Amino acid sequence: MHDAHASRAGETSVPLTASAVLVNKVGLHARPSVKLTQCAKRFAAKIELALSGDGPWTDAKSPVKVMRVKAPQGATLHFRVTGPDGEVALAAVLALVHDGFGEA
Amino acid sequence: MNSQDRGNVGIVIVSHSPKIAEGAADMVRQMVGNAVPLAWTGGDVDGGLGTNVAGILEAIEAAWSPSGVAVLVDLGGAETNSEMAVEMLAEDRRARVVVCNAPVVEGAVIAATESSGGSSLAAVKRSAEEFYA
Repeated sequence: MHDAHASRAGETSVPLTASAVLVNKVGLHARPSVKLTQCAKRFAAKIELALSGDGPWTDAKSPVKVMRVKAPQGATLHFRVTGPDGEVALAAVLALVHDGFGEA
Repeated sequence: MNSQDRGNVGIVIVSHSPKIAEGAADMVRQMVGNAVPLAWTGGDVDGGLGTNVAGILEAIEAAWSPSGVAVLVDLGGAETNSEMAVEMLAEDRRARVVVCNAPVVEGAVIAATESSGGSSLAAVKRSAEEFYA
């Protein structure tokens, strides 16, 4: 719900960024991590996430690394996406977070 | 993404306990879904705790994919028996089965997650082994 300040970048080399609040009860634990990485893997873009807009950034396509972030409910999840399909990729991961990974 | 036309990498779970193997497989099915060939085996031939080569061979056969099979094991004998089972495979299949150095439950879920995205056998193994990295 905090993704209104998404910054647009025309060039593919400049990352798109946006953030969303984790609404599902368990936060980014095992099952949501699996869903997020499965979603991220559908895109060619490099997709990273962090608990702060300054990083440290974690590869959103690595289930092990995503689980290690241990993001709790209420945490703001920041995404940084680079690549030709970055815009749709960003929309897809944000939708997943907003949707509480289907288990809110 | 390079294995799209050959199907997703298969996952085999080998535990000394059939309950653990089956439970880990349940977790994979529920968390990752049905897009990945999956089989489990556990227990010795008499139904006690242990592993047996024939059971492992059957599981590899059941989860077979042209893209390969990643095997997740728990302790000692599960690993050595799995390696023995791999050696007994036909030569053209042997190179496409790997035993992962990863915890059995977590490794199975992560390996299946990686596989469900169409990743190669090497990528599936690497991802599962990140747990010990």
